[in-house]
Amino acid sequence: MSPDSGRPRSLFEKVWDAHLVKAETADTPAMLYVDLHLVHEVTSPQAFSVLAERGLKVRRPDRTLATIDHATPTLDFAPGEAPPYATDAARKQVETLQANASAHGITLHGWDSEHRGVVHVIGPELGATQPGMTIVCGDSHTATHGAFGALAFGIGTTEVGHVLATQCLLQRKPKSMRITLDGPTAPGVSAKDIILAVIAEIGVDGGTGCVIEYAGEAIEALDMEGRMTVCNMSIEAGARAGMIAADETTFAWLKGREHVPSDPHKWDMAVTHWSHFRSDPGARFDHEVVIDATRIRPMVTWGTAPDTGIAVDAPVPAARSASHARALGYMQFEAGKPVSGAKVDQVFIGSCTNSRITDLRAAAAIMSGRRVAPGVRALVVPGSVAVRKQAEAEGLDRIFIEAGAEWRQPGCSMCIAMNGDKGEPGQLIVSTSNRNFEGRQGPGARTVLASPATAAAAAIAGHVIDPATLMEPAHA
Amino acid sequence: MPERFTTLTSRTFVIDQEDIDTDQIIPARFLTTTSRDGLGDKAFHDWRYDSEGKPLETVALNALDTETHRILVAGRNFGCGSSREHAPWALHDFGFRAVISSEIADIFRSNAAKNGLLPILAPKEAHDWLLAHPDVEITVDLAAQRVEMGNGPGFGFTIEPFARHCLMEGTDPLGFLTANEDAITAYETQTA
Ligand code: SF4
Repeated sequence: MSPDSGRPRSLFEKVWDAHLVKAETADTPAMLYVDLHLVHEVTSPQAFSVLAERGLKVRRPDRTLATIDHATPTLDFAPGEAPPYATDAARKQVETLQANASAHGITLHGWDSEHRGVVHVIGPELGATQPGMTIVCGDSHTATHGAFGALAFGIGTTEVGHVLATQCLLQRKPKSMRITLDGPTAPGVSAKDIILAVIAEIGVDGGTGCVIEYAGEAIEALDMEGRMTVCNMSIEAGARAGMIAADETTFAWLKGREHVPSDPHKWDMAVTHWSHFRSDPGARFDHEVVIDATRIRPMVTWGTAPDTGIAVDAPVPAARSASHARALGYMQFEAGKPVSGAKVDQVFIGSCTNSRITDLRAAAAIMSGRRVAPGVRALVVPGSVAVRKQAEAEGLDRIFIEAGAEWRQPGCSMCIAMNGDKGEPGQLIVSTSNRNFEGRQGPGARTVLASPATAAAAAIAGHVIDPATLMEPAHA
Repeated sequence: MPERFTTLTSRTFVIDQEDIDTDQIIPARFLTTTSRDGLGDKAFHDWRYDSEGKPLETVALNALDTETHRILVAGRNFGCGSSREHAPWALHDFGFRAVISSEIADIFRSNAAKNGLLPILAPKEAHDWLLAHPDVEITVDLAAQRVEMGNGPGFGFTIEPFARHCLMEGTDPLGFLTANEDAITAYETQTA
């Protein structure tokens, strides 16, 4: 069946239909074929153990790609030296993945790879992430890959085992939701501000059970990095996945990458195939949301859930529930006063949400010629070895280092705080990551989510501030 | 392999808080394990222990008898956030066998059912009643998909039929997938 035949279908339905190994019945979910399985050290060891217990092999090592990112240190170490793991358990976890990958013939972008990095940064970077694919990973931010028009699910470890053994995922067909962002965004408003505004609008459970397609002028205008930032945080609205239809921006970004066809004829065929994966006019969605993107301002969160985004200088709302009151207490913010002005202890620029080259450029533009405020620690953690090299080629590393920020090796770092990079109890951290849960960045640490520009501005000012005030270049 | 789940009569333990995320259920720094056992100590760790790792006496979870209290009742949107299966592993190892809320996050719900922890979606009224009446004895009947609650109103709940089947049989869905090996091979041949 050609993807365009029959009744109008959405992007999501087209990808879903093209991957059905077995349709769902009343008793059993659908069996969905997985084109690409991404694996990292934290959610895979128990899945490989199940394979070993049952004497099963990895069905398609050629469709499986592994890297190390979550528990890995981001500190420098000399060639030949052991990586400075925070704990023995972290070292063992990485070594377990190394052993599992080599036993099963899986490509692992480990310590010696030019492509090591956060799993959701390297998949696209290698061109392994392509339009129309199904992609899974034992990680809830797998939705990132939806920026390319792929259907990408975060799965649990048991399912990681299923996919390793059978290349299939059992799934009931999710519901669909389209979020249209009308109109251009104002200058200085980034993809992170857009997605924080979307989540604030629909809530942390607004997308539960759904695959979201993002559409509209403000989305089409985004570069691929920005689209990844938007899709990345779909899970923060409870959604199963987020998607954006591939277009010329997507194809131009993918061209020349390692896993896409290099032969011009094959490339053209691939683009033709990929172009089918967009919602037909008249496609139906279970839910439709329209948001006026022209009104979005630079955003920050005030609470301990990602739907607490407000404009940086807007007043923190009064508590609506006991949970909100608890969040206000934890964050030590006062209703009626803005987040801007709050004293900052640490700034984290990184994570699969905002660690790509355009994110680092945005942060560097603010930090250039300026100094991180006394008493503030700023960490800049590129998403991959490739991003790090590109940034160094552009001299961004010098800007960060001269400003007094720490320029780190790639990894998840302070996004999940399991590699030793973390906040201390009571500290306020302005972070470009995706979760501001209690203790996410260390027990007692308080997280304000923001864009790279807003985070960089907070590092310079020493308090939360509208980045627009620092967008003019510094005077030498 | 989880034990079979058919019926469960037990007392409830209530955590009346919304949006309890999997970072609360088990903080990320405990994810550097390569096994799925023994995570019960880490369940709700940062609520239960002080910064030196000493159990906080004032926290009810630390005094809970999980032999008699196997059912967790939590506020709306339980289990949101990270996909870590360590969360249901930790809750199961701690002693819970069922969790009741008016809304449970998708990935958590799917992970829980695969690990002998029954996720139960309660209608708002029944959920409110359970939150307001902590520590009551209730009976969960998975075959009938009903919860009976002594003095309170009982309620029916829905659960994905295959998840229910696996819970009742104590099996993992992997067997279903491997039994369909031919269909997988046919799909691969056809799309190659
Ligand atoms: S950067 Fe953060 S959200 Fe992204 S994969 Fe790593 S830990 Fe998960």
